[in-house]
Amino acid sequence: MKPARFRYLRAESVDDALQALADNPDAQILAGGQSLIAMMNLRLVKPACLIDINRIWNIGYIDEEGDGVAIGTLARHNDVKHSPLIRERCPLLTEAYESIAHHTVRNRGTLGGNLCHADPSSEAPAVMIAVGATLELMSVHGKREVGAEDFFLGTYETARRQGEMLTEIRIPGRGADGWAFAEISNRHGDFAIAVIATTLRLANGRCEVARVVASGVGEHAARLKPAEDALIGRPIDDARIDAAAAAAAGAVDPHSDSHADAAYRRDAIAALTRRTVSRAAERCG
Amino acid sequence: MDGVSVNFTVNGREVTATVDPRTLLVHFLREHLKLTGTHIGCDTSQCGACTVHLDGKPAKSCALLAVQLEGAEVTTIEGIAGPDGMHPMQAAFKEHHGLQCGFCTPGMVMMGIDIANRHEAPDEATIRSELEGNLCRCTGYHNIVASIAAGASASRRREASG
Repeated sequence: MKPARFRYLRAESVDDALQALADNPDAQILAGGQSLIAMMNLRLVKPACLIDINRIWNIGYIDEEGDGVAIGTLARHNDVKHSPLIRERCPLLTEAYESIAHHTVRNRGTLGGNLCHADPSSEAPAVMIAVGATLELMSVHGKREVGAEDFFLGTYETARRQGEMLTEIRIPGRGADGWAFAEISNRHGDFAIAVIATTLRLANGRCEVARVVASGVGEHAARLKPAEDALIGRPIDDARIDAAAAAAAGAVDPHSDSHADAAYRRDAIAALTRRTVSRAAERCG
Repeated sequence: MDGVSVNFTVNGREVTATVDPRTLLVHFLREHLKLTGTHIGCDTSQCGACTVHLDGKPAKSCALLAVQLEGAEVTTIEGIAGPDGMHPMQAAFKEHHGLQCGFCTPGMVMMGIDIANRHEAPDEATIRSELEGNLCRCTGYHNIVASIAAGASASRRREASG
């Protein structure tokens, strides 16, 4: 037996899952399990109770909502990756999926599970912050919404409270915003060494809104405000892109590990910022 | 620990069991059903040796609990051969020497079948990209890629003539 013992509860509906969460404060939700079960096999985590939500039939949707998209928490990665609606309305996420895991893991893994897992080198959190997504959290006491930017608090740590379940991911309409995602990793599909997800809006040739979001270089995905400030109010030219790249590198305080040292990660952030800002600017309009 | 009852299909055969919830699918297959063709490489959903088909799609059986499979259909490497012998993908691995030690092979064959299902005529780049989740430490992948290309084309011929 690889994982430590746990109680297993199978939820048949969202209400079921929320009640089980309320009744079992020591429980953890089992979504796709592609990170959780691996960590349980290594006994890095030992949840006393698992609430399996995989049989809840109505939380895997990918639907239009206004000019945006609403994604059920159990939507599998491959369904999101290949969704024409996502490609049209949130192409940044489609582009990011080229770097997320591999086919077999994406068959089972879920977007909601990925976000709640909050791995510090994960791609999807950066995308969610860059597009200004809203996350809907439910408990037996009701529901609330948290902006993606406020959801990620630390390594494997989110704003989700005990008793709450992430139920829906809402992505606003893209309008004319440009977008770009870029990642450096040791192997394609592997954990990221550095990630940048960028969205830009231009008005009269000048940058009106910019989100430059990093992952893999801190405790959680986060906006690099100095890089955004370097862009806002100005035309996106080579000088601005260089300034944003330098500001991005200065805004991160990355760790060193066996894959890359801090200096490499900082250089990677500058390079990825340069690439994504210039590509996002070309895609505006 | 209370056992949990689970009922699902493995290689067309109905299986009913009461299992400790922490039993991984791969352990259930190997230790309860004695289907030892599915291998355990890493236990952490990285290496792909434990790849099986779950409701027709490849899944890593080390990252699934047996109790999650209620009502599911699982196919393992033991379940792919037909009455007339090896599956075309197995035959292609034999013909093109797509293995050395053989440890990763069950996962490679199961993934190869899925690649053939999803791609009309997969070229080398497609096959290499699709094999990201299956590690081989012997072959350098060359013959595995050749085997999957040949197996995909043989599977199509069989469908066309069938």
